[in-house]
Amino acid sequence: MIRALLMMIAAAGTAGAVGPAPADFTLSGSCPPGFEKTRAGVCELRTLYQFYDSLENRGLGGTRTALPPHRDGFTPQQIDLGRYLFFDPVLSGDGTLSCASCHDPARGLSDGRPRSIGIHGADAGRAAPTLWNVAFLKRFFWDARADSLEAQATGPLYSPKEMGNTRVWLLASLNGNASYRQLFDQAFPNVSGPITEQQVYAALAAFQTSLISLNSPYDRYVHGYDAALSEHEIEGLNVFRSFVARCSECHTPPLFTNEQIAVIGMPEPDGRPFDVGAEAILDSPKLKGGFKVPTLRNIARTAPYSHSGAFASLHDVVAFYNKGRGNSVPKDMHLYLHWHIADPKLTDTEVDRIVDFLGALTDETFLPQRPARVPSGLTPTQLGE
Amino acid sequence: MKKGLIALGMALLLFGAGTYLGRSSKRDVMITSSTAGASYSGGFKADGASATVIRSVAGPAPNNVVVVKNGESIQAAIKAAPAGTIVRVMPGTYHETVYIDKDDIRIVGVIEEGRRAVLDGEKKLNDAILYSGNNFVAENLEIRNYKGNGIMGQAGNNFEIRNNVIASSGVYGIFPQLGQNGIVEHNVVSGIADAAIYIGMSDNILVAHNEVFDSVAGIEIENSRHAIVEHNYVHDNSGGLLAFVTPGLPIKTTVDVIFRNNFVVKNNHANFGAPGSTVSGIPAGTGILVMAADDVVIEGNVITDNKVSGVIITDHAHASNITADPESDPNSDRVKLLDNVMLNNGYDTIKEAKALLLADGKVGKTNLDIVRVGPSPGSCIVNRHQYVTAGVGDFAECEFTNTAATANYLLPPVPPRVIEPGERGKVVYLGICSGCHVYNGRMIGPPVQAIQALYMENPQGLADYIAHPQKKREDYPEMPPQDYLDPQTRLAVANYMLKVTN
Repeated sequence: MIRALLMMIAAAGTAGAVGPAPADFTLSGSCPPGFEKTRAGVCELRTLYQFYDSLENRGLGGTRTALPPHRDGFTPQQIDLGRYLFFDPVLSGDGTLSCASCHDPARGLSDGRPRSIGIHGADAGRAAPTLWNVAFLKRFFWDARADSLEAQATGPLYSPKEMGNTRVWLLASLNGNASYRQLFDQAFPNVSGPITEQQVYAALAAFQTSLISLNSPYDRYVHGYDAALSEHEIEGLNVFRSFVARCSECHTPPLFTNEQIAVIGMPEPDGRPFDVGAEAILDSPKLKGGFKVPTLRNIARTAPYSHSGAFASLHDVVAFYNKGRGNSVPKDMHLYLHWHIADPKLTDTEVDRIVDFLGALTDETFLPQRPARVPSGLTPTQLGE
Repeated sequence: MKKGLIALGMALLLFGAGTYLGRSSKRDVMITSSTAGASYSGGFKADGASATVIRSVAGPAPNNVVVVKNGESIQAAIKAAPAGTIVRVMPGTYHETVYIDKDDIRIVGVIEEGRRAVLDGEKKLNDAILYSGNNFVAENLEIRNYKGNGIMGQAGNNFEIRNNVIASSGVYGIFPQLGQNGIVEHNVVSGIADAAIYIGMSDNILVAHNEVFDSVAGIEIENSRHAIVEHNYVHDNSGGLLAFVTPGLPIKTTVDVIFRNNFVVKNNHANFGAPGSTVSGIPAGTGILVMAADDVVIEGNVITDNKVSGVIITDHAHASNITADPESDPNSDRVKLLDNVMLNNGYDTIKEAKALLLADGKVGKTNLDIVRVGPSPGSCIVNRHQYVTAGVGDFAECEFTNTAATANYLLPPVPPRVIEPGERGKVVYLGICSGCHVYNGRMIGPPVQAIQALYMENPQGLADYIAHPQKKREDYPEMPPQDYLDPQTRLAVANYMLKVTN
């Protein structure tokens, strides 16, 4: 314990003392791709979906349906500061992990692992969800326990199984770094005094809301270009939205999630205990084993799948749904399985076509750029490459 | 708990006893005439309500007509058709799934001496028709033997589905979802494993003059607002008319539903709903079922020979087979029971309902017209003395006797949104081009400034280039073609790109 504390102090001291000089870092004055800089100097998202409507303005429906209300309006500087923080291991307790360790641009803004590996090699317990299009989400984490990106940030930052930091230590390391003090001054020009945790969360939220993926072949099809999807992908779309497979009833366009809690009854990987999911958050036994419906955008980039990585491939996930209602529910356990979990009896070809269609939801045009160096001067530990 | 939609255990019995014992003494009979008295005014009011009753919502019929003959493909015709086409389908048999992702498509069957255009899924195909375009019309078709749905909509607005015959076609016969402003009328739907007609998460709906039978549910209004269900013949289903809030859906309310002037008859079919489905919990023999829906008006229906009860009003707590949702209000608030004709309902009811009758002090009743279980605040009834009831003793007298002032809740066809080319150009530039080009820096492609220097006087040249790019610069990758953008959009985005200043 004491040794760990000493190591942490040493790490933070290093960051402050030998980090790059403050003048080495400036924040971009331009908005990220997809955003328009308004006269007020803030970045607002522009997408072809803004030309459509949606029922009750909920952003759920079919092809030409508006997106849900979203977060934007941050300044370019706040977004760029968030990018530096996102990639900087100074945010973890021992300076080894950044947000990007588990939300890696090279891995669909996830980490390619069944469950994330946190500080000191800890099993974080659940899979890292992709960050694509989080600007549109209202609930965060697999069990939907946070209602904003700012609230979400405190989860991994301070979890002893994830980034293992503390509020005090986080602020001490950032305020101890001249580069960050100057960058926070640029990003929050009307605020004086030391860096606050709210500013950290706001900058991280600003960056994450710039991670937009709405340029897939599917989107081109939606906007009127019929040939954007292949014959196989069209067949897959029609199975996906058919009332036999019923995928789109929860993975509803245009985001391919309806953001509800659903009890699916997926298995845990061998040897892992059953995860009660949202039951523990909402104190609701009917939601035992319930998890938030994940978006399927860029899903082909984020294997393995499920809250704990039970499925190696998309084919395996679809095959699970096709094995029938409750096929993996532990014996002697009663789950209130979602009513759309049925026994679809899809053909092998139909399963393949759904997988083809899911591939058409891939778009990483606006992939964020990893900074060549970060203000702390630290480089993240590469975990088991 | 297959038969457990109203699973009333000991707790409920105690609740009933505590609340209702001793209240069975006859109250003064209040007799109300539905031909006099005030009309209901609490429902949807359109902005600038039009003077004439709206009977059509899909807008003017397109002039472009194509004809599909037996042996040809309906989908091939739709694929080739521009938005704004009537696809006329001649009598014959068509084995296909038809999908419509563009606006203003009308599929109209031609009926010749009773012979229809038949879509036959042969129990192999999933759905007959999937539409997501606006202003969609499907008429005069016959649909049978599909596994999923007969006609399913996902977010299309201003739809009209009429004069179709749908039999043995899977889970739902007609299922518009997440749409606004639609008409479902004059359809004959039977043999459906869930709801014959299912309005899901939709607004401003008219369901009229349909015959629905031999299905688990007749007509279901779920998580929807401003719906009128009238003049339908709803018979021989497990449950006739349903107004539900299903928890766990993203749109959380059902408000403002009028069930009026329907025949709700002999809905005693054995429940063959799929295990786990919400409707599998409906007691076979239910005329009208209200679960957690608010402001449901029940008026002028002929409700006869439904063996469990003519009307059941319940909440989520008494539905044993459905999930929990902290964002859903579980109660049926403000139910309004106006005059209805009820004959011979509840003659073979379930033991839970018998217990409720007993709790109400009604001993020896062999019928049951209306039963309420779970809180139903603000509800009212007229002429309650006419019916055998349980649990409605504390309903108020309604302050109105009819819904005559409400024609329907439909809206005039919403004209398509006009998008200025400049606006479209900007959004396409930001949404697509900015992924590779910045104003004065190097990304995947060259800076916008360099492009401006080449094309400043030649936007059409730039529009043509982006459709068919050739490799121009050694140090940059070749640009992928943007020919999926139509020529007008390409020119708009070229014009915008040449004006960008940062």
